[in-house]
Amino acid sequence: MSILYFLIGCSVVLALIFLCAFFWAQRSGQNDDLYTPSIRILLDDDDENDTEK
Amino acid sequence: MEPEKFYYDNKIVRNFGIATVIWGIAGMTVGLLLAIELCYPGANISRYSTFGRIRPLHTNAVIFAFVGNAIFMGVYYSLQRLLKARMFSDKLSAIHFWGWQLIIISALITLPLGITTSHEYAELEWPIDIAITVIWIVFGINMFGTIFKRRERHLYVAIWFYIATFVTIAVLHIVNSAEIPVTFWKSYMIYAGVQDALVQWWYGHNAVAFFLTTPYLGMMYYFLPKMANRPIYSYKLSILHFWALIFIYIWAGPHHLLYTTLPGWAQSLGVAFSIMLIAPSWGGMINGLLTLRGAWDKVRDDVVLKFMVVGLTAYGMATFEGPMLSLKHINAIAHFSDWIIAHVHVGALGWNGFLTFAILYWLIPRIYKTELYSKKLASFHFWIGTLGILFYVIPLYWAGFTQGLMLREFTPEGTLKYSFLETVLRIIPMWVTRGLGGGLYLTGVVVMAYNLTRTALQGKLVANEAAQAMPLEPLKKTENENSWHRRLERKPIQFMIAALLVILIGSFVELMPTLTIASNIPTIASVKPYTPLELQGRDVYIREGCMGCHSQTVRPFRSETERYGQYSKAGEFVYDHPFLWGSERKGPDLARIGSKYPNAWHYNHLMDPRSMSPGSIMPDYDWLITDDLDTTTMAAKINAMRKIGVPYPAGYEKTANQDLDKQAKVIAADLTENKIKVSSRKEIIAVIAYLQRLGTDIKADKTTSK
Repeated sequence: MSILYFLIGCSVVLALIFLCAFFWAQRSGQNDDLYTPSIRILLDDDDENDTEK
Repeated sequence: MEPEKFYYDNKIVRNFGIATVIWGIAGMTVGLLLAIELCYPGANISRYSTFGRIRPLHTNAVIFAFVGNAIFMGVYYSLQRLLKARMFSDKLSAIHFWGWQLIIISALITLPLGITTSHEYAELEWPIDIAITVIWIVFGINMFGTIFKRRERHLYVAIWFYIATFVTIAVLHIVNSAEIPVTFWKSYMIYAGVQDALVQWWYGHNAVAFFLTTPYLGMMYYFLPKMANRPIYSYKLSILHFWALIFIYIWAGPHHLLYTTLPGWAQSLGVAFSIMLIAPSWGGMINGLLTLRGAWDKVRDDVVLKFMVVGLTAYGMATFEGPMLSLKHINAIAHFSDWIIAHVHVGALGWNGFLTFAILYWLIPRIYKTELYSKKLASFHFWIGTLGILFYVIPLYWAGFTQGLMLREFTPEGTLKYSFLETVLRIIPMWVTRGLGGGLYLTGVVVMAYNLTRTALQGKLVANEAAQAMPLEPLKKTENENSWHRRLERKPIQFMIAALLVILIGSFVELMPTLTIASNIPTIASVKPYTPLELQGRDVYIREGCMGCHSQTVRPFRSETERYGQYSKAGEFVYDHPFLWGSERKGPDLARIGSKYPNAWHYNHLMDPRSMSPGSIMPDYDWLITDDLDTTTMAAKINAMRKIGVPYPAGYEKTANQDLDKQAKVIAADLTENKIKVSSRKEIIAVIAYLQRLGTDIKADKTTSK
């Protein structure tokens, strides 16, 4: 069952990549504000562009 | 700083949208045909449309063509807006779109021809596997390129889901596609038996996780707030369940192999992680549903939100049911039965289907600057679709319970109460109802196609939608600026390459032992490689997709060992490139079929199954009797097998066909004795040889050695 070690290796590497991404997100301030991002995505509607014309 | 003016690419979104609808209808129509074939075997009118050959066509079409195109539609629409940037390259977008459609068309041609690797949801042969890799990388470059030139520093949670999708699918696809080419359209899996099974289900389960789930959650996090015009219930929860989900999902695959010869600890690991998955999965569902708190009046009026609510509910049901199914006691009854088919269709029809429809209804009028042509028709679609799901899954749950329990029932005298065929005949009425449910669902999709076409015709596509945003401000310097990791983080592309290097090094380090050191599967001295004729027969078995209905692994239950013979051992499968355990039993297990019936029985049964088992739902395989076996590839097959560790003696490829002839003549002579005249060169001889070999090795000798 050597394949188990290979697959566990793959999964661990994948998990490590995700872990790095997580640390990057934390350190670069991606998760500092856990409220405004949810509001911001609602604000880019085309009506807004229309009014600016 | 001046705001920059730029344009969103809506044309690529529209193109993926059209592809979604067309392939959706195609894939579901094939599904309906399959449902009809199960009830009326006469519907298997041609060799190109038998259940075995088009089952993978249905799964591939629905997963990679319907859902795949819907993912790209949703990602290309939301990514641009979330990042305030046009897609990185229009050219890459076009290559991605047309490349993906060509891959789908190649699947549409090769699968009915019987060109298949037999790995579920990865049936496409090696040249197409390479094409998928290339196109997937094109998608990745396009996505990361857009992230790189973004005008919004913060990456909204949807984008995290998209990134996880890209990275994980790339790794899964490459590991699971490790195959050695024999000819241009034939390859053998590098792994064998139980190892191959584990790779397949590591892939299979995570394909569900990272193709059918994470991109859809990402899309849900963008489109649901937009549709309801209110922020997601808890952004914090979305971040939390995202990380939890992607860390846990990857370990759950072995729950597809409970009670097989996979080591027990690996099975338990799979079960434990599957149970843990409830929390992050429900985190997503709850977050979605609670977004609508206080806005249920909108749901009453807005058909798009109705689709979303049912979709999210289906997601919640499927992700609760999944962990329950991975409990060993439930799995013992449910596995191989229609319960699993019902389970996946709650997810596919409810979650993926309904979310896709909601997004299409919301997005098409927007990019065409018009209103939806008919809200009434959309509402009709919602109700007929919901009804379709109910008519689809409830009968199948019923069928799964019924068959699962019937198969385990013993008479007071201690013999099996029902033959396999009796259990099948009992559930055919449920299958008829399921077909009806599928038909209703498909009708809804056709109505949607009409509605969306009329919508597009009454509007005009805004191919390039104007938008403006401030350019990205440079990051403020921080104190640990000079650490290498800190610098790497600023450069997403380099970061990607570094990550990939790490993954590749890790993979090679792990792969080396599997390729060089003898496997620690207990080998069984009497288990020998297949003879040339059996090998050819096995390839015909794969071509016809027999594993779509017949499993090849006996679980250690009294009901199974009584019915099929002694339970399967890991050492029996060491020469099975690929493994053929299957995942559902529409017919009995074949792991111990060898020497159970005479050759003549198999001949008659393959020609007309109903002549031997009245009421059987198996298709006729009469072309096996008329077609000559192709032996020109024999040497290539032996060579390929030897390369991946099957101990054929050196130079055997030169004499293999003589051995093949010899064995074929013996079988043909035996058939002649039973008044069946057939040339020894026909394909059926090879299939009979293979079937008669199955499971017989350990009858001769039971000693195991390490």
